Amino acid sequence: MIESNSNASAATKRTGLFARLKEKLAATRRTLGEGLGDLLRVGRALDQDLLDDIETALLRADVGVETTRLLIDDLTARLKRKELNDASAAYRVLRQGLLGIVQPAGRPLIIPSGTKPYIIMVVGVNGVGKTTTIGKLASQLKASGRRVMLAAGDTFRAAAVEQLKVWGERTGVPVIAQHTGADAAAVAHDAMTAAAARDVDVLIIDTAGRQHTHSGLMDELKKIRRVIAKVDGAAPHEVLMVLDAGTGQNALSQLEHFRAAVDVTGIALTKLDGTAKGGVLLAIAKKSGLPIRYIGVGEDVGDLREFEAEEYVDAILPKNE
Amino acid sequence: MFDNLSQRLQDTFKRLRGHGRLTEDNMRETLREVRVALLEADVAVPVVKAFVERVRERAAGQEVLTSLTPGQALIKVVYDELVELMGSANDALNLSARPPAVILFAGLQGAGKTTTVAKLGRRLRTRDHKSVLVASADIYRPAAIEQLRKLAEAVEVEFFESNPRQTPVGIATGAVEAARRKVLDVVLIDTAGRLHVDDAMMQEIQAVHAAIQPVETLFVVDSMAGQDAVNAAQAFNAALPLTGVVLTKADGDARGGAALSVRHVTGKPIKFLGVGEAPDALEPFHPERIASRILGMGDVLSLVEEAQRTVDHAKVEQLTQKLKKGKGLDLEDFRDQMLQMQRMGGLSSLLEKLPGADQLPAAAREQADDSQIKRLVAIINSMTPEERRNPDIIRGSRKRRIAGGSGTQVQDVNRLLKQFTQMERMMKQLRKGGLQRMLAGMRGRMPGLS
Repeated sequence: MIESNSNASAATKRTGLFARLKEKLAATRRTLGEGLGDLLRVGRALDQDLLDDIETALLRADVGVETTRLLIDDLTARLKRKELNDASAAYRVLRQGLLGIVQPAGRPLIIPSGTKPYIIMVVGVNGVGKTTTIGKLASQLKASGRRVMLAAGDTFRAAAVEQLKVWGERTGVPVIAQHTGADAAAVAHDAMTAAAARDVDVLIIDTAGRQHTHSGLMDELKKIRRVIAKVDGAAPHEVLMVLDAGTGQNALSQLEHFRAAVDVTGIALTKLDGTAKGGVLLAIAKKSGLPIRYIGVGEDVGDLREFEAEEYVDAILPKNE
Repeated sequence: MFDNLSQRLQDTFKRLRGHGRLTEDNMRETLREVRVALLEADVAVPVVKAFVERVRERAAGQEVLTSLTPGQALIKVVYDELVELMGSANDALNLSARPPAVILFAGLQGAGKTTTVAKLGRRLRTRDHKSVLVASADIYRPAAIEQLRKLAEAVEVEFFESNPRQTPVGIATGAVEAARRKVLDVVLIDTAGRLHVDDAMMQEIQAVHAAIQPVETLFVVDSMAGQDAVNAAQAFNAALPLTGVVLTKADGDARGGAALSVRHVTGKPIKFLGVGEAPDALEPFHPERIASRILGMGDVLSLVEEAQRTVDHAKVEQLTQKLKKGKGLDLEDFRDQMLQMQRMGGLSSLLEKLPGADQLPAAAREQADDSQIKRLVAIINSMTPEERRNPDIIRGSRKRRIAGGSGTQVQDVNRLLKQFTQMERMMKQLRKGGLQRMLAGMRGRMPGLS
């Protein structure tokens, strides 16, 4: 009885969350989804003009030239083979195409209870929302009963340490910090020692934002990773790269450089809400093959969500239309 | 930045150069390449369409078809159109209002507003000799106010105290009032990042604008921004009477299509370009130069300007005197030269502005790494003054000590000494036989000099 009750409430919660995601991705749906939906619904002839319009809708949503071409080529080929009878068939093919691209990226971050402390190193270029993502993640992990600790590894930007400390206070999570200008690798080292001593489950290490083209700064990042690995050979267990969904195709270049430098293992895509830019997620999923762990769809702590491929596609291209 | 776009266009045009004449057929192919290149550069789709259409019209006209070198003529058309699209000239800030001149900053989260406020404050103080007050009306992001306080301190401009319990309007009006009382020239108002679809937040910044009536309202946009930059720019432009745009983070490898788009939809000039993390990494935006860069023509003008601004004339004079007196160079002079280069933005920044540099292989470009210069300077710093004056005395044990002190290897010290000897020899030749003999000596080693 109790069990079925909690099942029901879990289900309600789930639908609630999905409704919120749908609401948050409304604009993406308008540019990408409804744009496509409209194109494919109004009984238009399936011809080159329509394909051009679909192409434009994809490009406008930052899907990128290459991934767009892939989707369009598939449609064109099917059209030639006379596999597509009407617009709704094209819609289904396209939806399947999107799903095929994002599904491999839908692998959530699972923190094994045996690994302690589990070390997450967070990297990215300037202004993508690393510190905010860390704050939200810490808050969620704490709420799920984990002992969390933060390391203020952004010792470069003015007041970055203070920003993380505010998040620490808000969420009641300890923050290991030194002064601005301190050696970030040393902060990481201290934090690892402290985390081990204080029986912490998850340690999240912030780093300064840096342009991926500055090799000196990328070397510094490599050093932080090396120092972490020196303390614990298996760490960092996750190198989470934060990308701004508002970024265009440069997101791919960022990812490539950071991957080469510190072996990124997962992605958090922030600022996905409210605007028309969800498409870069497709380009990232297609080109990188890396798991997209989280998407950020709003200011609230709960708006940092685990990425679920099907849910995402449902939110922008509803199944039953 | 813009590397890949210029690369693509160049590849396209190289193919076009092969053909003798421009035909309907190869024109269509070329324009398609231009379109793809612009799309990959994140130029907004409607802007690309308009751009390609204009190029097509002009290219179909007499100037290209009757040209003996249609490829060149088409490049010129694309160049002209790019310049046109990005605005015809660099617009300086309008500070002619009754002091204090108020400048309001607006933009999305993470665009780089706070950093830009500090950089511009520094620029106004050092170049234009203005007294500057900065204030933060960002009551949302944790420690945002603290960040501006620290930056203000670093760039030595005045900071207006505010806290998250105040309202943005209250902070902004308070800052302007304080500047008026202190008779300061300029007030820069930083605001919280906001989504352009967030009505409440857009109303908030409208209220701030109405309360302080700024003479400049600058929209700060990330040069890495994608297709949505157009929507954001449009929304901010509709909500606020923008007077200009600042394009940030242009030191990465973003193709910078946002610059073209934002300019196109707002019609407002791009006034500055943020090019690095250092407080002085803010440059005036020159559309001709950026268009040149896109087309691989190099940006020699900013290079010359940069040299004029950063070269330490006293040191140059000192060095000239020394050489005239027949004294040789020493390692301190060598170090001065390197530091000079670094002040000009470092090797990579110099290289980026040189014509044809983007045709160097990527690996070679990456070699032009400023850490090399840093290492050389570190080695020289680890020498005694005596050693710097008389590098000849640096033998085995001294080399080991210097290598240890600078965190390098003995081979690195050797390499430095060898480079120095080469430079010394060149200077000697210069003294003895003048420039001609030196060039004769270099002939064959450098392309283009024979």
